[in-house]
Amino acid sequence: MSERDAVRPVRGRRPGPLWSRTRRWLRRHWDLAALVLLAVAPAVVPALGGALGGQVTIVFISCILALGLNVMVGSTGLVHLGIAAFFGIGAFCHAILTVPTEPFRWSFLPAAALSVVVTAGVGLALGAPTLRLRGDYLAIVTLGFGEVVKVSLRNLEQVTGGMKGLNPVPPPAAGLRLGGVDLGMQFAVDPRWFYALALVTLAVVVVALRRLERSRLGRAWMAVREDELAAAATGISASRVKLSAFALSSALAGLAGCLYAACLSTTADPNAYDFNRSVMVLCAVILGGLGSIPGTLVGVALLVGFDTVLAPWADAAIQQSGINPGGSMLLSFSGWRLALFGFVLVLVMRLKPAGLMPSRRMAAELREARA
Amino acid sequence: MSTEILLQQCLIGLANGALVALVALGYTMVYGIVRLINFAHGDLVMLGACLALSLVEFTGLTAAGPVTTWIGIAGLVLACGLCCGSLNVLVDRVVYRPLRGAPKLAPLVSAIGVSFIFMNVGLFWIGPADRSFPPLVPATNLLAGDRLQFTARDLLVVAIVVPLMVALTVLVRATPLGRAMRAVAQDPVAATLMGVDVERVIAATFFLGGFLGGAASVVHGLTITTIGFQMGFLNGLYAFTAAVLGGIGSVPGAVVGGLVIGLVRALSSLLVGERWTGAVVFGILIVILVFRPEGLLGRRTVDKV
Repeated sequence: MSERDAVRPVRGRRPGPLWSRTRRWLRRHWDLAALVLLAVAPAVVPALGGALGGQVTIVFISCILALGLNVMVGSTGLVHLGIAAFFGIGAFCHAILTVPTEPFRWSFLPAAALSVVVTAGVGLALGAPTLRLRGDYLAIVTLGFGEVVKVSLRNLEQVTGGMKGLNPVPPPAAGLRLGGVDLGMQFAVDPRWFYALALVTLAVVVVALRRLERSRLGRAWMAVREDELAAAATGISASRVKLSAFALSSALAGLAGCLYAACLSTTADPNAYDFNRSVMVLCAVILGGLGSIPGTLVGVALLVGFDTVLAPWADAAIQQSGINPGGSMLLSFSGWRLALFGFVLVLVMRLKPAGLMPSRRMAAELREARA
Repeated sequence: MSTEILLQQCLIGLANGALVALVALGYTMVYGIVRLINFAHGDLVMLGACLALSLVEFTGLTAAGPVTTWIGIAGLVLACGLCCGSLNVLVDRVVYRPLRGAPKLAPLVSAIGVSFIFMNVGLFWIGPADRSFPPLVPATNLLAGDRLQFTARDLLVVAIVVPLMVALTVLVRATPLGRAMRAVAQDPVAATLMGVDVERVIAATFFLGGFLGGAASVVHGLTITTIGFQMGFLNGLYAFTAAVLGGIGSVPGAVVGGLVIGLVRALSSLLVGERWTGAVVFGILIVILVFRPEGLLGRRTVDKV
């Protein structure tokens, strides 16, 4: 060791071999590094055991939701403005199956599994008749469907609890059992287990979607996105491919909904699943870079993180600092929240129209279009 | 249920539908020319309503006599129309125009961003709570007898909406600008080759759409009588639905779509209850689009390779 230290040049900024090797590794495996970092964080940062942990968990869940949307909008090129409806169906379905006031009282895993199947089925039921609609018309149908679902959730009080929503959604009780072995996860005692559950689910979803991206089906999605007629001419059944994207996207949104309800221990009121959420998730996907998995994650981290983590923190900080004794809106962070949000969307689209981290294919296409 | 109640709801529906149609025209014209779902349009109308409220408070129009009031309302329509139109052109110039060659969804996200900015401006302008708009026009019945209500407010809607629509139709059908607009909507490249200044046509379209939105904002304030910084979203949603229902890009389609939406809303609040209105409207929209994907009056387009 000492010899190697002696060889190191005195001047010059050339980093040592260890650092350059680390950097190369990081560039290739940044995802793994991020996962390890996020997994270790709750053990190191005590704040993650409190409110902050819950907020970050919501960001993870939103990532799953956005990845589901990305399958439709990014990979297959179908504009979807009602993803929050499927998020809501998942959450309410899970709640109906688990809440003690309803007759089922299933435990977490079977309830989540059935909810995912149900949302996928609803996605198929909406997708099948609307497949022949072109771009913007499909967007409107999904938007309309989102409104129908929201209104129904609000008005079917006997089933959904109306504006109060359903609660308490029990946590995955006494730990998840895996092959009869109790993993000893005390969700009710330590909220960090929710953090872990959401993170692990997110990691599994990311890995699965990556493999899917390179599979026959993933390539078919992209072919349909690029040119439906040409894809059909090469023997791809466009309607089947689109339907599968519809179903998978809905299923992932449903999965996110289950986790959401379980983490909050309530479905919250149906307005939590309105158009605003759909738009927020769509913006995150486009902002990050359509069709790119890391882009989607970055987009969600930025937008949802801004809303659920940064905004409450900044508001509390301003209040504590005493700048704003009268409680004026002009001096509070949340007073400016919408405008900030809007400026970020406009600026990013202006400077990077393909998103922050576009997939290679999208970036190449854009260059071609410019040339 | 008596015929009178049904007829009454139809009247209410048509009056509301005319308002929806006015906003829908802003969506459909912009979409027809640049293929952009202008998500900020509903919030533009909201800003127009804020301006109208401030103008009414500033000029003290509430205390004026009947003749002055009607002249004042005409002035409001003009002022809000001009402001909203100019603002729309400005936004197009600054935000959408640099994105003309960008991926299809980039302008859409920008429009969502603009709508957030507008909402924030509205929030600072009139505050977070709903404000009531001074009732310049009384809700007195103009029909003899009390079995059917057709109020002065309904008359106001008709008096503002119908002339505007006639003027718009004449403009699109019979002027050089209208011909240029139709040409650009059909094929921008061919229009350029024929010597049409496409950017000017686009600016004119944004101005006209914004003008109609501004006029709609005054009508909204005077007939619905409450405004709030979040009103843009739902109004925009219904108007946009009307535009799609009629066939987006088609001017008469937007009018028909608006009237249909107004009627459906009025009748469904009568038949299945107010709280299901949203579900009924959008359910009908989905069904119509499934069976007639190009909308009621839209033209069927063929996919090109």
